[in-house]
Amino acid sequence: MSQQYPALLVVVPLLSALIISGAGWVNKRLCFPIAVVALGVAAYSCIGLLLRVLNEGVIVYKLGGWDPPMGIAYYVDHLNGLVLSVVSVVAFLNLIASKKSIEQEFPDKMGPFYALYVLMVAGLLGIVVTGDAFNLYVLLEIAALTGYGLLAMGEERAPLATLNYLYMGTIGASFYLLGVGYLYIITGSLNMVDIAGILPSLYQSKAVLGAFIICMVGVWLKMAFFPLHAWLPNAYTYAPSAASSLIAPLVTKVMIYVMIRLMLTVFTPEFAFNIVAVSEPIVWLAVIAIVMGAILALAERNLKKMLAYIVIAEVGYMVGGAWLGNRAGMTGAILHIVNDALMTLCVFLVAGNIVYKAKGYAFDDLKGLVRKMPFTMGAFVIGALSIIGVPPTCGFFSKWYLISGAIQAGHYGFMVALLFSSLVSVVLFFRVIEICYYEPFGDHHGHDHHSEPMDEAPITMLVPLLIVAAGLILVGLYTSDIINHIIEFAIPKGLV
Amino acid sequence: METITSIKPLLAVLVSLLVTPMLVSSRAPNVREAWTFVAAAAKFLIILSMLPTILKGTEIVYTVAEFPPGAAIKFRVDAFGMLFALVSSSLWIITSAYSIGYMRGLKEHSQTRYFCYFAFALSATIGVAFSANLLTLYLFYEMLSLATYPLVTHHQDHEGRSSGRKYLLYIMGTSIAFVLPAMLISYDLAGTLEFGKQGFLAGTGSKALMGLLLVMLIFGFAKAAIMPFHSWLPAAMVAPTPVSALLHAVAVVKVGVFCVVRVLTGVFGIDLLGSLNFGPFIIFIASVTILVGSFIALSQDGLKRLLAFSTIAQLSYIVLGVGLLSPKGMTGGMAHIAMHAFGKITLFFCAGAIFVATGKKNISEMVGIGRRMPVTMAAFFIGSLSIIGMPPCGGFVSKWYLVLGSLEAHQMPILFVLLGSSLLNAAYFMPFVYRAFFCKPDEAMFENTVKEAPPFCVVPLVITAVISIILLFYPQPFFRLASMMVQSITGT
Repeated sequence: MSQQYPALLVVVPLLSALIISGAGWVNKRLCFPIAVVALGVAAYSCIGLLLRVLNEGVIVYKLGGWDPPMGIAYYVDHLNGLVLSVVSVVAFLNLIASKKSIEQEFPDKMGPFYALYVLMVAGLLGIVVTGDAFNLYVLLEIAALTGYGLLAMGEERAPLATLNYLYMGTIGASFYLLGVGYLYIITGSLNMVDIAGILPSLYQSKAVLGAFIICMVGVWLKMAFFPLHAWLPNAYTYAPSAASSLIAPLVTKVMIYVMIRLMLTVFTPEFAFNIVAVSEPIVWLAVIAIVMGAILALAERNLKKMLAYIVIAEVGYMVGGAWLGNRAGMTGAILHIVNDALMTLCVFLVAGNIVYKAKGYAFDDLKGLVRKMPFTMGAFVIGALSIIGVPPTCGFFSKWYLISGAIQAGHYGFMVALLFSSLVSVVLFFRVIEICYYEPFGDHHGHDHHSEPMDEAPITMLVPLLIVAAGLILVGLYTSDIINHIIEFAIPKGLV
Repeated sequence: METITSIKPLLAVLVSLLVTPMLVSSRAPNVREAWTFVAAAAKFLIILSMLPTILKGTEIVYTVAEFPPGAAIKFRVDAFGMLFALVSSSLWIITSAYSIGYMRGLKEHSQTRYFCYFAFALSATIGVAFSANLLTLYLFYEMLSLATYPLVTHHQDHEGRSSGRKYLLYIMGTSIAFVLPAMLISYDLAGTLEFGKQGFLAGTGSKALMGLLLVMLIFGFAKAAIMPFHSWLPAAMVAPTPVSALLHAVAVVKVGVFCVVRVLTGVFGIDLLGSLNFGPFIIFIASVTILVGSFIALSQDGLKRLLAFSTIAQLSYIVLGVGLLSPKGMTGGMAHIAMHAFGKITLFFCAGAIFVATGKKNISEMVGIGRRMPVTMAAFFIGSLSIIGMPPCGGFVSKWYLVLGSLEAHQMPILFVLLGSSLLNAAYFMPFVYRAFFCKPDEAMFENTVKEAPPFCVVPLVITAVISIILLFYPQPFFRLASMMVQSITGT
């Protein structure tokens, strides 16, 4: 059984999506349990795979028994083993947490929603697990198209915002496809390992350079790397909360994974950092992304939109870290994939809970929430601390590596940008906390606050949220284990 | 140096954190306060049980989690950490009693939250005291900032909100903008963050870089309230008085100074500072803060604000003492942590007791208060003597050593700073004390009947005042711990 994990984690959700859309016609109550089982199996397989990789090293799985480069092969190494686990666990927790809000927001569309949800997770897991550059494109489109569907189910403005995303996402995917086409023309292969074996002798070719750059631009569009970010804030803000808390933590992080995979496996760090030699300007772009993301977030008076801009800034963290060109920076970037997925999930789940109870997420809707929803707000504070980077939450430790990388690379601009973003995050989050904590003002000395009763989100929304919040601290405390046992092996020895 | 491994430091940190579920779930206020006392007593006893080991010259270490090499989350109890932990944990017991009198006397809201975050803050304080490296120190430093935010903003009104903003802006802003990068640059240079007897930065970088790191680390720990990063402290006085007393006269601000001293002795090392000639710079910023702080205190009418500026000035005594880089100066500086703590907390307790009994906050409204509250004002008099540095109070001992230290370091101007500061201290305390007792009958604003604050308020302040006096005659174990630390730093 455990030999089949790589196939299971894509095939089970894929088939379940079909079953769910059928089951939705029969009885819409069936959808949720099927989705839970499907994603449970996927998460179990992903974690099983990661544990196997830790013991046995890289796992190669040939789909249908066809040998690469003809057939499609799934490769699981330390890097995607880690990302797979994070993606599947986040998707699973969010599924549980969003049950109530789906029932509340669109009771008549539960079948399609769960089908799309599970299909999207299948796409995301496939992107991470596949070792075939073209297969990756196919799965990218699966994830993207289902994502558009999920996002467009939101408020009035959601379809238009999603249409914008659709245009930009399609352009991004096309760029990536074009780059893969170049690679195919040059090497005659679509298998990543195969390509990596053929490429080194061709590194001086302009076509290879072109392929690399086009692929990069494609994934940057998909991950909303500033200035290619314009689609993201509206698309995430107006989406239904169950969709935004799935897509915001995962899609950008999976695209970061694709970028790192291209840099480390398909091409080599030697090629990316020394032959292409554009690290410096890219890190500066990341600096701009971080600073602009932070400033644009400051301008918002709407919780979800503010969080969306923070996502843009966080993308800058990871792109910059990956492109610093040293081990510490890359470690920070990979660690931040994990941490950022968890902390983005945490704050978006909080937003979901708030929408569920307060029916809005503008700052004015947040008044008095500390009294009304103490547990939700407690989790929000932990998520906020992690985004700010306060130890012992996990956000601090990835920031530690990113800043170390910046210092080792002598790139003080990136260091300053990271610190600036932390400072702005303090302002951003404490502004929200202030509103939830002080307002509405009592007559004097807050004695009136007693009168407001507690009105917390339902337990199924609360428990996953609290698990995630606790996870932020636990992951922080176990950082050294994650790094020593997983990330150390995910980065090629050559990169120091 | 002998070391032993023991879980006690971790227990001492966690004990007050572990009790918070009890505090939250207690229905009756009496049960809740009982738990606070249990935690405070347990914390004090655990710390006290480590004292004999430390006095024998053995250090206690405990590693919680390994992070990159040299930067684990790790505790190390040495003499200096012990000194600070003893002061803050013993005062927590007294302050808990005082809190009951104050919070109930004023019928404050959200008392459960108040006691929870108080316990949380003490955990962080002890964590700072026992940190073995800069990373752990930073972790608990930030934890303390966050734990005190709800205490500072307790009243949840407009004033609390703006003070809370200022508090966070200064304290978290400086720690993120200065300490975090300085810590990472140091780690990049030295490959470790572990505090050493002679620091760990010696021979790793140019003088300019060392100077930059020094400035970032001194000003980054803004809880030390060194000017120009001091104005959060007067703003934080909107908090209930027990918070001002324990946190903003002892725990929080002393954590700031403690961090600065740790940086000077454990990160840079006295020899490195001496050879790079950074001593005068440290003395200069400390002297400026002492004098300017005292001058501003002269002009204050709000009693708590006056005490806040006085604290700002007194904190820099400690920095000054260590900046002298002479054994006696350092001993005096470190001992001043204890001496100032007992004196200043008495003064804050008195300010709070006056507020509970009469509702008055300003000095101009307190003429003749000595006739109404003689015990409180007598304690105030003792506390202010300790701050001025006059016998029969403990403040005299540390100040005496600071004077000796400045002679030892051949820094004559410092004598004038110390003398001038004492005069200024007397100038802002004595008129108030005088007018409280010896005003003309028609000036007195209170009836000539004795009516003190509740006993839970008065007894603690009497205890701390008495301890202030005892410390002159028997300044142990604080003095012993300070001189042990100095011995181990200087190797003599």
